[in-house]
Amino acid sequence: MKPKVAFFDFAGCEGDQLQVANLEEDLLTLLGQVEVVSFREIMKEHNEDYDIAFIEGSCTRLQDEDRLKQIRKNAKIVVAIGSCATIGGINALKNYKNLDEVRQIVYGESARLFDTYAARPIDAIIPVDAYVHGCPIDRNEFLQVVKSLLLGKKPEVPNYPVCVECKKNENICAFDRGQFCVGPVTRAGCNSCCINEGTICWGCRGLIDNPNENSQKEILIKYGLTVDDAIGKFKLYFGWQEGKR
Amino acid sequence: MKDEKGCEKNLEIKVHYVTRVEGHGNIYVNVKNGTLEKCEWSIPEAPRFFEAMVVGRHWNELHHITSRICGICSIGHTLASLKATEAAMGITISEQDLKLRKLALHAENLQSHILHIGFLVLPDLLGVGSVIPLATSNPTEVKTVLSLHRMANEMSNVICGRTTHPQRLIPGGFSKIPTMKELVALRKRLQDSLSSIEAVANLVESTAKFPDFKRETEFIGLTSADEYALYDGQLASTDTGNAPVKEYLSYTNEYIVPISTAKRAKHARDSYMVGALARFNLNYEKLSPFGKKVAGIFGLKPICHNPFMNNIAQLVEIAHSVEDSIRLIDELEATGLKPQPEYHKLDIKIKAGSGVGAVEVPRGILFHDYTYNAKGVCTKANCIIPTNQNHGNIELDMKALIPKILDKTPKEVELTLEMLVRAYDPCISCSTHYLTVNFV
Repeated sequence: MKPKVAFFDFAGCEGDQLQVANLEEDLLTLLGQVEVVSFREIMKEHNEDYDIAFIEGSCTRLQDEDRLKQIRKNAKIVVAIGSCATIGGINALKNYKNLDEVRQIVYGESARLFDTYAARPIDAIIPVDAYVHGCPIDRNEFLQVVKSLLLGKKPEVPNYPVCVECKKNENICAFDRGQFCVGPVTRAGCNSCCINEGTICWGCRGLIDNPNENSQKEILIKYGLTVDDAIGKFKLYFGWQEGKR
Repeated sequence: MKDEKGCEKNLEIKVHYVTRVEGHGNIYVNVKNGTLEKCEWSIPEAPRFFEAMVVGRHWNELHHITSRICGICSIGHTLASLKATEAAMGITISEQDLKLRKLALHAENLQSHILHIGFLVLPDLLGVGSVIPLATSNPTEVKTVLSLHRMANEMSNVICGRTTHPQRLIPGGFSKIPTMKELVALRKRLQDSLSSIEAVANLVESTAKFPDFKRETEFIGLTSADEYALYDGQLASTDTGNAPVKEYLSYTNEYIVPISTAKRAKHARDSYMVGALARFNLNYEKLSPFGKKVAGIFGLKPICHNPFMNNIAQLVEIAHSVEDSIRLIDELEATGLKPQPEYHKLDIKIKAGSGVGAVEVPRGILFHDYTYNAKGVCTKANCIIPTNQNHGNIELDMKALIPKILDKTPKEVELTLEMLVRAYDPCISCSTHYLTVNFV
């Protein structure tokens, strides 16, 4: 019997589920291996009986925790897809601010009608079995993770920095170009895609497990950058991981 | 209220999370003794507070952050954001970059419209719950849709680096540009897709039984004397005429309703509509010949007041975008691509100021409005999303439509209302990111 899979979304842009739709012809192949029982973005049917749950988006409200716990109860395997689900993502930018002020800025006098708390990754609420990092996820990496899960293996996630891939790709280092890049502390697996396209690493895959902070400081001093430069960039995606909660 | 046959009936419809739309929306309808007592289109989606998050961030980060408002229209958000920042700092872009940005926008419109018609609408027309069973029952049609979708995605890759949260679009231009060889290969694919697009149009024409429903409303979008306005233009309304983009707040007039985390908007009437049908109604004359031909297949003419025809207006725009992209590539080929350094970055003179960027994205007109201090740090942001502008119109359409379909079974009523919502192609996660309030 084909494993049953379901997709769910919380606070996020649904760009990761879009990458699944973007598999196009490969999606048809994948559909030969699994049965999709719930995927609100593209299908009307819904079923609570599933083996693998893919969850996109972060949890940003107390009221959403029950839905997450229910998914955990129903599923044998829970996979967090995309930065919002794996590390809190860009949503955690608001964690640096006073949340009452945040609500006030957006909803004015009606602020009290709209609940919010510090944005957090899915594993802050429920145990997660596998991660597909990135903003957005890479569709081929998603396929690899699904393949591993179907074979009963734990998917491999790199635990070295983006610099390793970036050097292999022979990019000119962003620091040598006078820009600040968080590649030295960011988890690889993206094949340094943003630097390849002429920009910098923004940190969307989150911090590696043991970031080399001393070497990061050396880079800052070497290139005459300030701690403020670093903190500013770290805030983009690392809010939850840096303890802002 | 009685239905058109004079029957008085009771009906309760609750749709928790309408499917095959982007984001979470609920429909609640209650009819008692033939009287419509309640009709609500509500948005329970968790808000994300982008306008507060960008305050304190640098001018060269805003496009990266606000792209994350929406996975489907991230190119459009990035472009609106860049235009706002560039307007605030007085930055102009080259003619070549302008053409490349127009190609980026066409790529996104194509991707989004094809996804909507092929994946989200077609199942309704063929009476199934999703595109998945169609892969077995209608393999040829599904393959055609998938290959068009792939073409649009690859077009985004060639122009922007990738299709979702594009990397190459930066303040002042591009960090990297495509090669002429890549553009020529793209041109061939676009040319080859014309017959597939016509085939999809004919398939939709042969199956589409959209309700014959009409409710007069106001249509708002960009307009331009030079082209079918997408990247730039003046504000236009079918009720009140044109105005400069910087006057957008007098058009959008956002307000909050307690049932929704998404704001609503109104202008000359109780609601207005934005999106493909609004653009079609405002700018029909500027469509490319192939765009007009596809409109002809359906007999679609401006001004059309049937919201279900937004699906068809999207098909017309698919045809237009392909043909106009071919034209843009031809122009770039004629002048030759001017090379730029690798890892290109403009030296920009930072200054304090405010700027508004308006762009037509798949679901309608999108505004980003930023204020920067002298250090280039954002002090205030306002973003108004197409779907927010449509929420009020969707609910008023429902109120007008329900009495006309009360003779149907509750299931049919429910499906018709869902089809109405889907026709607008709402992008709900977008719309709850933005809710803006006037500062006091």
